[in-house]
Amino acid sequence: MFWQGMSIVIDNKIILPGVNDVFLLLKNPTMSMIGMGSLVDNLTISLIRVLTGYTAAVLLAIPLGMLMGYSKTIFSLFHYFLGLFRPIPPLAWVPLMLAWFGVSSLAMFYPVQSGQIYIYLRNIQISMVVIIFIGAFFPILLSTIYGVQNVRKTLIESARTLGGNEFNIFTKILIPASAPSIVNGMRIGLGVAWMCLVSAEMLPGSISGVGYLIIHAYTVARTDVVIAGMISIGIVGVMLDSVFKSIEVKKFSWQSKYR
Amino acid sequence: MNSTILNIEKLNKIFVTDKKQSVQALKDINLDVYNNDFVCILGPSGCGKSTLLRIVAGLENTYNGSVRHKNKPLLSSHQEIGMVFQEYSLLPWRTVISNVVLGLEFLGVRKKERIQTGMKYLSMVGLEKYAQSYPYELSGGMQQRVAIARSLANDPDMLLMDEPFGALDAHTRIILQKELLKIWNKNRKTVLFVTHSVDESIYLADRIIVMSSGPGQILEEISVEMERPRERSNPEYGRLTTKILEMLDIQGR
Repeated sequence: MFWQGMSIVIDNKIILPGVNDVFLLLKNPTMSMIGMGSLVDNLTISLIRVLTGYTAAVLLAIPLGMLMGYSKTIFSLFHYFLGLFRPIPPLAWVPLMLAWFGVSSLAMFYPVQSGQIYIYLRNIQISMVVIIFIGAFFPILLSTIYGVQNVRKTLIESARTLGGNEFNIFTKILIPASAPSIVNGMRIGLGVAWMCLVSAEMLPGSISGVGYLIIHAYTVARTDVVIAGMISIGIVGVMLDSVFKSIEVKKFSWQSKYR
Repeated sequence: MNSTILNIEKLNKIFVTDKKQSVQALKDINLDVYNNDFVCILGPSGCGKSTLLRIVAGLENTYNGSVRHKNKPLLSSHQEIGMVFQEYSLLPWRTVISNVVLGLEFLGVRKKERIQTGMKYLSMVGLEKYAQSYPYELSGGMQQRVAIARSLANDPDMLLMDEPFGALDAHTRIILQKELLKIWNKNRKTVLFVTHSVDESIYLADRIIVMSSGPGQILEEISVEMERPRERSNPEYGRLTTKILEMLDIQGR
C-alpha cells in the first residue's frame, strides 16, 4: 500500500514502478523479458550454478570437518591455514577467479561441443562455482567441526566399551550426534551460497542468471524487472531454507529434549 | 576360591596437567578380582577410583604396571568388559531397544537375534514396555537401567560401574541397588563398582576396596560376610559403617 502510494506520488516508473507492474512480471514467470529469457530461465541457471558449487562444498567440508573435529592432529594441521582464508569475503575472490578461469565453464570437460547438456554446462562458469564453493564451504566446515567436538565424550566411550571400533564410532555415534549441527551449517551455507551467486552474477563476465538480469534491467532502466528479480531471489532463498527447516524439525526433535 | 578374572599389579598412573605439572592419580595399586565377585571400590572424590576403573575399561592407555584380564594383558576396550557410566550415556536419537542392542550391532549379530536378546535384557530390568520410547522420555533411574541392560546384552564377563547411581535421588538409588543385586544373582557377572557412598558399598559388595586420595592408593580390603539381602538395621551393618568412616576420616585429617 505504502509502495503503491509512493509510486503514484513519485509517478516515475524508473525510480519506483507500480505494484501491479511488478506483479504482472511475477505472475508470468515464464514470459521472456528484455531479450534475456524469462525469470524462470534465469532462476534455473542460477540455481544450477549454486547447487554445483554447493554440492562440492558439502562433499569436501563435511568429511574434512569430521576429521578436524575428531582428531586434534588434523585440526592443528588445517586450522591456521583455513583460518587465514576464512575472513576473506567470497566476493573478494572474483577478480582472481576471473583471471584464472575467465569465462571458461564446465563445458570444457564435456566431450561433445553441442547438444542440450553442452549448452547448460556452458552456463556454469567455473569462476562462479568456485566462489559459491568458497561461500558455502566455511559455514559448513565450522558447524561440522563444532558438532563433532561437542559430541558428549561419554557417548563415544560407552560405544568403545561396548566393543565399537573406530569405524563404528564414526558411523553410529559421531555422524548422528553431530548431524543437527552439520545440517544447520548446510542451511547457513546454502544461504550464503545463494547470496554470493547473485552478487557474483552482477560482476563483469556474467551473461545470464538472476543477478545479471537485475543488473541488465538496471542498465536499460526497467526497474520493475529489477524488483521482480529481487523478490524472486528472496522467494527461492526462502524455499531452499524451508527444505532444511523441515529436515531439522522431522529428524532432530530429540535434540531439544536432550539433557 | 574362584579363579582370578582381573589381576592388577604395581599400577601407577600419572596425569600431566595443562600447566605441565604432574599429578600422581594412582600409586602402587595391587588388586585381584575373582570370578563372580561383587567388588566395590570406595573412596573420597579425587582418590583415583574412577581412573582405576577407566584403565580396566581400556579407556586410559598410558600407565605403568600390569593389568591383566583373564591372564592376558589388557590393551584396549573390548566387549568382554562392559561399563556403566555415571552420566547418561544413551544415544538420544535412538529408541530404548536400539540403544540396548548397540553392542550387538558392533558385534555383527543379525537383526532378529539382536532384538530378541535386547528384549530379554530389557525385561530383566523391567522396562520391556518402554522399548519404543526415547531416552529423554524416561526418568534418570530408568535411563540407568537401560544402560545396565545395554552392557549386559553384550554378555560381558565383567561389568564395571562408575558411580552409576550417583546422580539419582536417595529413594531411586535404594530401589536400583536392590534391582542390581537381583540381576547380579541371575547372571553372576563379576562386578567392579565404584562409589563414594559407604552405605552403598556395604549393601552391595562381597569385598570393599577402601582407597585414599593424594596419591590414590588402597588403604584396606574389607570382606562383607553378611547374608543378602542385607538389612540396614543389622548391627554388623552399623559396625562396618563406623569402621570404614573412621578409616576415611583419619585420611581426611
